[in-house]
Amino acid sequence: MSKFRDWRGRRWVILAAVVLLGLALPAILDPYWIQLGALIFAASIGSIGLMLLFGRVGQLSFGHSFFLAVGAYSYVWIASPGNDGSGWGLGLPSLLAIPLAMGIAAIAGLIFSPIASRMKGLTLGLATLSLVFIGVWLLNTLEPLTGGYNGRNAPPLQIGAFSSLGSNISVLGVPIGSAQFLWYVTLALLAAVGAFTVTLLKGRIGRAFTAIRDAEVHAAALGVEVARYRAIAFTISSAYAGLAGVLLAIIIQRLTPGYWGLSLTLSYLAMIVIGGLRSVSGAIVGAVVVMGLPAVLQLYGYAIPGVGSEGGTGLGPAVVAQVAYGAVVVVVLMFAPDGLVGLLARLVPKRWRVSGEVPPTSVR
Amino acid sequence: MIEFTSLIVNGISVGAIYALVALGVVIIFKSTEIVNFAHPSLLVFGTLIVATAYNGLHLPFYVAAIAGVGISALLGVAIDRVLVRPFYKKRAIIAAGIMTIGLSIVIDTLTTNQIGAQILSAGNPLGSSTISILSTSIPLARLAALATAIVLLMAFYLWLQRSDFGVAMRAAADDPETASLMGVRLSRVTMISWAIASALAVVAGIFLVSYPSAGLDVSVGAVSLQAIPAAIIGGLDSTTGAVVGGLAVGLTQVLTLGYQHQLAFLGLSFSQAAPYILMLLVLLIRPAGLFGTKEVSRV
Repeated sequence: MSKFRDWRGRRWVILAAVVLLGLALPAILDPYWIQLGALIFAASIGSIGLMLLFGRVGQLSFGHSFFLAVGAYSYVWIASPGNDGSGWGLGLPSLLAIPLAMGIAAIAGLIFSPIASRMKGLTLGLATLSLVFIGVWLLNTLEPLTGGYNGRNAPPLQIGAFSSLGSNISVLGVPIGSAQFLWYVTLALLAAVGAFTVTLLKGRIGRAFTAIRDAEVHAAALGVEVARYRAIAFTISSAYAGLAGVLLAIIIQRLTPGYWGLSLTLSYLAMIVIGGLRSVSGAIVGAVVVMGLPAVLQLYGYAIPGVGSEGGTGLGPAVVAQVAYGAVVVVVLMFAPDGLVGLLARLVPKRWRVSGEVPPTSVR
Repeated sequence: MIEFTSLIVNGISVGAIYALVALGVVIIFKSTEIVNFAHPSLLVFGTLIVATAYNGLHLPFYVAAIAGVGISALLGVAIDRVLVRPFYKKRAIIAAGIMTIGLSIVIDTLTTNQIGAQILSAGNPLGSSTISILSTSIPLARLAALATAIVLLMAFYLWLQRSDFGVAMRAAADDPETASLMGVRLSRVTMISWAIASALAVVAGIFLVSYPSAGLDVSVGAVSLQAIPAAIIGGLDSTTGAVVGGLAVGLTQVLTLGYQHQLAFLGLSFSQAAPYILMLLVLLIRPAGLFGTKEVSRV
């Protein structure tokens, strides 16, 4: 048992270090990286939602970008003033708009869940593929809401004197500009979502999810209401996607229909596959890789032979980043089906592991 | 009325091309239970080789076409041998499907980068000549596509039903373990399936970029992605389904595009979403597609 306590001790140290790092980093980093960090935190919330659905319940969904878009445009609708000629708006405070938009995304998920709970695995994945295309069509068509093809601006987030457009206030000597503000907001929400998810998965609902994933018929025989729990998972996943969509909208500021297409959905799938399908940490690691890779190559790509700079000779960093990200998905699935986190877990010395830890399993 | 006939004829001829692409998806699914999301990318890749051989190397069309089909078939075999092989043992079919998504991202990025802003001709010798049927003028290339599709689909159907290989393939799809105990060489079955499917994709690709479409440009990948709903509407494990699904998608697309002024309230991009709406409706009623085999482990 002493080993167990040791590990617990180490875990608190690690957690404290992460918290301190999360609070302190914006003081040191360049705004470019702070902004990227905020994007990663926002995307992580979305990928945790997909991890929950696919990794924990075994429901493959290609419709994630649809629910991201529902959240983003609900936020725009609720927080826009509505009388500035930019389209529909309710003019509510932007802070209030976040939970409301998240709720709308959850309701959208709930509406789709009768379909989702009837299907499973691949069939569901294929059915949800249609949501992506229907979503892009709706975004192009519903001009008063979305601005149509040319897109629409997302209203900034305002919390007290702070704003996502930046402010002149300093806290403990650190000026809280736009990037720093977004970093803290997204990090706080990610921490809340992560903690909630971990608790949820440890409890009764989480065990029901695992039972359904691993042996649907057995789970039903033991009294787990399969359809109901699938609906719950789909709704939670959509709510997370909605929150991620809101945050992405606030960060990128200008929303166009093209952004919410098939490639966005695939990038979320790539995140959970790369990081690891079974855990919150896997979903976050995946988001770091998928969002961080293009940014790093953009800056340092010139140092790698054959990459070259944008518009110059060579393939260009954007192309290389895209190829690398596809290739990483292929390689991870072939050689490390439990993702990077699973790979790391296997490298951790045995005596560090929590006793009774569930061995990582892979995608079927 | 003339407009309607012309749209129907057009829809069928486009649908025949989709049917060919969807047939490739079905062949791979039948023998491996994997949904190959990289199929549209293979189509673009092979067609790009044909166009490059024709325009860049100035080879005659038929030589270029055979080169494109051959190289794609080899690539299909390579994918099967190298990339998909680790998944067969574990029967990890969903993981393999997601792997093909990663693969398609790689192939798409490279082909898109290669094509750039160009519009390449694949050099179909039928050119832009048309023929008049039922007082509608139809491009000869489309008729040839229809004829090729019918011949290939019939040939494949007969082959699957009558030949030893067809029996082996169906056995492999049905119960790989028993099939391999009965002497079916699974690895050969999957390899040949990947080769045939990839070759079919290029044949379809050549017709897809022939007149009346402008040529091979970066949008062809998105167009050929419609083969996925086509295969799903028909049922992923049914060759008949591939044909019906292909025609359904072709007709839906051409009709919604042709009547887009009457359907203006649905927005201009409706024709792009229409095949997917159709797919969702079909899946709601029949989760295995129109002709697909129903999965029988219900609670």
